[in-house]
Amino acid sequence: MARRLRREWLPLGLFLALALVPVLAPLGPQSFILSLMTRIVVVALAALSLDLLIGKGGLVSFGHAACLGIGAYAVGILSAEGVTDGGAHLAVAIAAAAFFALATGAVAMRTDGVHFIMITLAFGQMLYFLATALSAYGGDDGITLPGRSTVLGRDVLASDTVLYLAALGALLAAYLLLRRIAASRFGRVLEGARDNPVRMEAIGFRPFRFRLAAYLISAMIAAVAGVLLANQTGFVSPATMAWQRSGELIFIVVLGGLGSLHGAILGAIAFILAEELLSHWSEHWRIVFGPLLILAVLFARGGLAGLLTKGARP
Amino acid sequence: MTALLRVEGLSKSYGALRVTDGLSLSVEPGELHAVIGPNGAGKTTLIHQISGMTPPDAGRILFAGEDVTGRSMAGRALAGLARSFQITSILPRFSALQNVALAVQARSGSSFRFLSPVDGEAALTGPARDLLARFGLAERAEMPAGALSHGEKRQLELAIALATAPKLLLLDEPLAGTSHAESARIVEILRGLTGSVAILLVEHDMEAVFALADRVSVLVYGRVIATGAPEAIRSNPEVRAAYLGEEAA
Ligand SMILES: Nc1ncnc2c1ncn2[C@@H]1O[C@H](COP(=O)(O)OP(=O)(O)OP(=O)(O)O)[C@@H](O)[C@H]1O
Ligand SMILES: [Mg+2]
Repeated sequence: MARRLRREWLPLGLFLALALVPVLAPLGPQSFILSLMTRIVVVALAALSLDLLIGKGGLVSFGHAACLGIGAYAVGILSAEGVTDGGAHLAVAIAAAAFFALATGAVAMRTDGVHFIMITLAFGQMLYFLATALSAYGGDDGITLPGRSTVLGRDVLASDTVLYLAALGALLAAYLLLRRIAASRFGRVLEGARDNPVRMEAIGFRPFRFRLAAYLISAMIAAVAGVLLANQTGFVSPATMAWQRSGELIFIVVLGGLGSLHGAILGAIAFILAEELLSHWSEHWRIVFGPLLILAVLFARGGLAGLLTKGARP
Repeated sequence: MTALLRVEGLSKSYGALRVTDGLSLSVEPGELHAVIGPNGAGKTTLIHQISGMTPPDAGRILFAGEDVTGRSMAGRALAGLARSFQITSILPRFSALQNVALAVQARSGSSFRFLSPVDGEAALTGPARDLLARFGLAERAEMPAGALSHGEKRQLELAIALATAPKLLLLDEPLAGTSHAESARIVEILRGLTGSVAILLVEHDMEAVFALADRVSVLVYGRVIATGAPEAIRSNPEVRAAYLGEEAA
């Protein structure tokens, strides 16, 4: 038990701190804190799903924001059509992301290395341009939601605290699920194919199937993050799936520590807090932010998670 | 027509270089068939083609009565064709035990299981531990495979190949870079397999080859110049000239 605590203190501490947010938020500018923290948790969820691909599968997808966008547009389009039910939003978001993942993954998973990066980027951009062309739903400008998703006809998510807790619940559920998956037969094959695909084929595994399944799982989780994101911002636009968003997600995963899962959460917290603080400090904050990120990646091998758990390896 | 493996008229060129040149050979069930030949003769390329890693330009590969020429490497592995690599190919970040257990997993039920922890599956770790023990690696089971010594990695690679419960083992210089004791143990294990598992052995260690082989084929410039019992090969003048010459001198 004590050993386990020593090994797991970082994810435990992270979730504990995130759980305390609604309690501590009233001490400051409550709605600002809750909205910022909701954004962090939602981005953490998207980054977590991407870590399954990059960290566990070695598959650097440069189109992950597309899945986030699919989730956001499910909310936007359904709400605009008068369907406000959150369950319907989630179901459509997950189904559409699954379809997108299977269709694009069937092609992308046949490539590797730089080609894989480029092809996922291309598919992401395709969806981005498709969204800008959706003139019925705002085109370039996007759409403002009439309200948040409802739950069984009730407007429970209208409370910032409830929305935050819903996002945190989704993050915790996804984290626990992905941990189990990583330690399963499937996860073992996925990691093996990352490290040495030829060896895997020589013992009888076809990496393609396992990678495609990981892509599917990852896309569906990112779509849930998209549904939450739309609810947090109250607004849906193509910008959600711009390639820069995909790049940021990759960055967050690398910054946090590839393949550790909780590293993605840590990365999201660090990235968004740094962005927030620096943008308040100066309008030229990007000039500082870029080099800071590069330094962090250079000097924190294994990411922030690796830095914090150094010496605590079992 | 009872051969387990039959290679017919196999050809492979890289540019103008004919690496495999109308090559035919067979491996009988339970037989240890050694392939020897000078550096660059095309031994590794032959194993690549039989295992499905490299497609041949022409020719057929029949395994257990089926034409597997067009099948993927994974498909052939599942049919019972296992191989080792001349350049050690393991999963360095996985423990030695996980490396072997994964190979057991490949042949035991679906790997599309997402929720139960694989390290807790005794049906995988049990046979994997037994295999490691056979190679004297029991104490190294929990170590990352990348941290093993070179000779230990070579033995781990053999354990991985055996863990797939193959009908035919394709071994590409399993003794290269192993210590005297390790090499003696590997020879002992291979001897224990003869009769139950067929082996196509590519090896430069002539002492081991002549001690183990039921038949020996000599490969020069992508072509089999002689096949026969070890004694016949040893005294074949053509072979002596082409290959054994320097050692006999
Ligand atoms: N992918 C490739 N592209 C071009 N040439 C190749 C390729 N693979 C092998 N060759 C060439 O084919 C020839 C045979 O190589 P191969 O590795 O099969 O020989 P080998 O008999 O295994 O030699 P060794 O005893 O040194 O392991 C060599 O001349 C090699 O340079
Ligand atoms: Mg070779």
